[in-house]
Amino acid sequence: MSTSRRKFIKISALGLGGVATAASTFNSLGVNSYLEDFALENALKKLNQTATYCEVCFWKCAAWVHSDDQGAIHKIIGNDIDPHCNGRLCPRGTGGVGMFTDTDRLKTPLIRKMVNGETTFVEASWDEALNLIASKMKGIKDTHGAESMALLKHGSPGKHFEHLFKAYGSDSIAEPAYAQCRGPRETGFGLTFGSWVGSPEPTDIRDTKCLVLIGSHIGENMHNTQVQEMSDAIDNDATIITVDPRLSTAASKSQHWLAIKPATDIALLLAWMHVLIDENLYDKAYVDKYATGFNELKEHVKDYTPEWAYGITTIKPEAIRKTARVMAAAAPSTIIHPGRHVTWYGDDTQRARAIAILNGLLGSWGRRGGFYFKEKTSISKYPHPPYPKPKWGWEQIGENYPFAEMGITNELIRASIPSEENKFPIKGWVVAGTNLNNSIPNKKLLEEAIDSLEFMVVVDTMPMEITGYADVVLPECTYLERYDDIRSATNREPSIALRMPAVQPKYDSKPAWWMAKQLGERLGLHDYFKYEDYKEVISWQLEQLGTSLEELEKIGVKKFKRKSGSMYLSEDQNYEFSTDSGKIEFYSQQLAVLGFDPIPKYTKHPEPAAGFYRLNYGRSPMHTFSRTVNNPNLNDLKSENDLWVNPKVAKILDLKKGQYVWLENQDGVQSSFPIRVRVTERIRWDSVYMVHGFGHNNKKLGRAHGKGASDTELISQVTIDPLMGGTGMRGNFVKILTENPTKTVAV
Amino acid sequence: MRYAMVIDTKKCVGCSDCVVACQTENNVPIGYCRDWITERVEGVYPNIELELRSERCNHCENAPCVRCCPTGASHIIDGGIVLVTDNECIGCGACIESCPYDARFQHPEGYVDKCTFCHHRLEKGELPACVSVCPTKCMYFGDLENPNSEVSQLLRNRKHKTLAPEAGTKPHVYYLI
Amino acid sequence: MEEELFTSGRNIPNIDPSLQIWHWPISVYLFLGGLAAGLLFFAALFTIIKKEKETPTTVKYAAIIASISLIIGLLALFYDLTHKIYFWRLYTTVRIESPMSWGAWVLLIITPLSILWVFSYSNEIFPKLNLKFGFLKTFQKFLAKNRMNMAYALIPLSIVLGIYTGILLSAFNARPLWNNAILGPLFLTSGLSTAAATIILVSKSHFERKLFSKIDLGLIIIELALIVHMIMGYWAGSEVQLEAMQLLVNGDFTVMFFVFVIILGLIFPAVLEIIELKGYKVPVIVPALLVLLGGLIFRFVMVEAGQITRYLY
Repeated sequence: MSTSRRKFIKISALGLGGVATAASTFNSLGVNSYLEDFALENALKKLNQTATYCEVCFWKCAAWVHSDDQGAIHKIIGNDIDPHCNGRLCPRGTGGVGMFTDTDRLKTPLIRKMVNGETTFVEASWDEALNLIASKMKGIKDTHGAESMALLKHGSPGKHFEHLFKAYGSDSIAEPAYAQCRGPRETGFGLTFGSWVGSPEPTDIRDTKCLVLIGSHIGENMHNTQVQEMSDAIDNDATIITVDPRLSTAASKSQHWLAIKPATDIALLLAWMHVLIDENLYDKAYVDKYATGFNELKEHVKDYTPEWAYGITTIKPEAIRKTARVMAAAAPSTIIHPGRHVTWYGDDTQRARAIAILNGLLGSWGRRGGFYFKEKTSISKYPHPPYPKPKWGWEQIGENYPFAEMGITNELIRASIPSEENKFPIKGWVVAGTNLNNSIPNKKLLEEAIDSLEFMVVVDTMPMEITGYADVVLPECTYLERYDDIRSATNREPSIALRMPAVQPKYDSKPAWWMAKQLGERLGLHDYFKYEDYKEVISWQLEQLGTSLEELEKIGVKKFKRKSGSMYLSEDQNYEFSTDSGKIEFYSQQLAVLGFDPIPKYTKHPEPAAGFYRLNYGRSPMHTFSRTVNNPNLNDLKSENDLWVNPKVAKILDLKKGQYVWLENQDGVQSSFPIRVRVTERIRWDSVYMVHGFGHNNKKLGRAHGKGASDTELISQVTIDPLMGGTGMRGNFVKILTENPTKTVAV
Repeated sequence: MRYAMVIDTKKCVGCSDCVVACQTENNVPIGYCRDWITERVEGVYPNIELELRSERCNHCENAPCVRCCPTGASHIIDGGIVLVTDNECIGCGACIESCPYDARFQHPEGYVDKCTFCHHRLEKGELPACVSVCPTKCMYFGDLENPNSEVSQLLRNRKHKTLAPEAGTKPHVYYLI
Repeated sequence: MEEELFTSGRNIPNIDPSLQIWHWPISVYLFLGGLAAGLLFFAALFTIIKKEKETPTTVKYAAIIASISLIIGLLALFYDLTHKIYFWRLYTTVRIESPMSWGAWVLLIITPLSILWVFSYSNEIFPKLNLKFGFLKTFQKFLAKNRMNMAYALIPLSIVLGIYTGILLSAFNARPLWNNAILGPLFLTSGLSTAAATIILVSKSHFERKLFSKIDLGLIIIELALIVHMIMGYWAGSEVQLEAMQLLVNGDFTVMFFVFVIILGLIFPAVLEIIELKGYKVPVIVPALLVLLGGLIFRFVMVEAGQITRYLY
């Protein structure tokens, strides 16, 4: 590995000239006290408000950016009429200012070159960088075919590059958000209801009477309107039932907290089904009308009694019965929440199926207080010639997983490693808007793949770890400085939101649409980019929708009337689900035909050995994965993660609050950085817990480097879901080391 | 007019939006905060109680910080809001020592700073930044002297507490429990 | 198990994890203020009871130390301010509820007064000094004639100065270690005792030293009684006061408090002075220095430990 071209460049000696970093730091300095009131008054009068929608997470809340004429951003406030936020942004959205002011941002394009016998990043001009990328892409297309160029993406920059790639002839596209996050539930619900859960989830939490969370930690995950609606549900005295080995924030607000033994959720779900069927608590009319396979289901869960589940889950049978009855009493206004990041143990699609089946039994799909029928406005595609048809793409790459409906990142990564059997050789990557180091488990595989590539481009706003492996790094400007696609996401009512630049891009950063267009033109794809400024595209699209750019600039968000009918099923409706049978499928023929369990079964998963603790990870409302740890405003709230340790464990290992420890997992992988201990009763004695996204090891991230530990680097054991290729990551166990283990510094 | 803030701990998730919003609204320097989130855990697994609170200056009626200020920089205005006039503050630190809630801090520019209930926003008819941004809508603000205001009604109908009542400061930030 | 923690990374400089607002400038000022108060009190007292002939050091030379202490103390206070250019705001208003305001005004009056007192003795203290200007000589004679009036003024002023250093701390009900009524009289007694020790150090008259040894002994005993009183107060107080007491009695400050303040600063000098009164020869410097050291360390302990005690978190 030491002679590898893909050597991770940790310290980049940028050589040719320093970069001017005079950032406008209005927010980090106090204003001179003499003039404070005076200046604040005047400044408030002169603040400009520009419409945007947030990119700090996928919820895309529409907001107003308050900036002044000097190009400084003062604050970001939610758009009152936006159904994604109702005028209230979450802490990451409010702290989005920090993304703009962060002086650690990528500032110029960087090209990996050999300087004085050492590989390092050299600052380059956009022309040089783009020409290099275009020539490499052309080269790969000529030698191997455009299919061999892959795109690993996330968010808005991903969309622009997806268009470029499809025009270029490659459909080898994947995003970690599928196989590392919500993929299993989309497949699970798709097989049952014929519809993905989708994003944002169509959960009618504000009207629900009973919210059941299987491991979901709403309140720590900051899905804006879900948190808002959970608060509304609490005001309406809704019952919350949380199933979690840890006392999450949601669990602390629950009437019933089932402190389940990790990895045993399916047993609980099956026992609940048993109780609902056995005690005739399920929605008989709904099931008779809309579901098929009920008898098979009844037969299947016959023996899965609460007593049986007690032995597996350690949840008392009375508690299982009681919560099942509560759920049924509230039905159909009950939500068994599908969760979001559900890639846990490798049988996650089956667990999602179980959750979907439970919802079906309770009759909550398509009912008020359950799941509403979502709708979104379709945005016309800006005219361009049809995309060429590639010989193979993400579907073929993921062919071993019959129920995968999007590109499987891990399969794409595997296809990048040359081997005899590799039918779909990937030779080059463009990584746009995702820090693969913190999203893809099994670091060894990732590094092996990256090492074998002929060429790799990374597009990012910050010098994340993934940039250290690139041949070319392209600095993208933040969402506050650019135009992007019109937001049109599914919701109760369709709405669109505008993103326009509030200020000019800082340093030499550019928007992704510009990068895609420049590359497209260098690749001879002018016809796909028939515009000078993305503003023209948006303006045209808005006109097609019957509005205009001027209008959206004034209001930010526009709502439309539903066209697909009511949000809920009506009594006399004969709704047809998009499944093969047209009904909700409790028994899945599709699965049976391919040899998978047509109705979910419980399988026992590996448990930690003595002295090891299951590594659980989760979210913090102040951060979005590893993306925001360096953001000055958000870093101020939380600069490192803590390791939650049960007091019994702390006693055995003699750990004190505030002590720093290292972690070593079952495969001997050690954490690069120590993590601070928090001794708390909130976590079970067989597990430890930490917030995901810390432990950055790129020194260019001034605030985030070395703070906290990275859970991703400790996830070496991955169980792949046989249905859709999702990577189950919660089967890793760590032991706690109080002394710094001597080791070579992992990269 | 007696302003008060009421925070529903049953709904607060400790997201710290109030902290960031206050920072961006009031130009609080990074590294300092006018409000913060406190978490309290009691019990033994799995019988645990968790309370999350958003805390700040309590704008006390019997404010020790106003009493001990030698220059009068620390004063109370209409509505019961405790403010510091920065060009009267000498930075002696007495008010910081006198606050049982440790709500004040030394601003890098030398004077003492703390939550002002966003009185510059109140003058325009808006709510304090923290109240207006809270995603769980667990924060309420209003006039206690008006029996029909939201805050008055909440305090009448729900169990509530204040912090360190034994300090005798008569704080005006209430927590619904 | 009980846990209370900040969820939103609160780590304000000088506030978390415990207050670090007041440090050595305040401790030094409290010590010097108490010292000066005591010295001026004795100077004024012995002038009023017309014993100035027998106690020349007290009324003349020790007062110089008082003036110098006040000036150094004021400089230390000024240094401690973080918004120094506005210090004059202290004198634009009198705030009766603020001990610090009393202190500011008392200092404003007593410092020049102490300098004038010294000046009134300048012909005796500095016989070789030739006051060039005629009006200065007249002024000095005027002061010398009005010494009694100055003394009457100095008595209440010096008592207020001595007591307010304690009340300043005890008025902060947010710091359980300070919030007891004994601190005022305790600091006054401590100030008087350190003043007596200073006089013993500086005096050349055997009678004076003997007299002040007895006075000091008496003051030390009162001080010990007040400290016991204070600790009993904590013990019988609320939870936060018990925790505060732990700092002094069974915590980080126990060694400093018991060894330097109580034993070396109070008990040991008292024993030495009793021995001396019984007739044995004891170098006078030893108990005096120990008392001074004890007084200084006592102020340090109170200021530092007090800021660690708090109501919440």
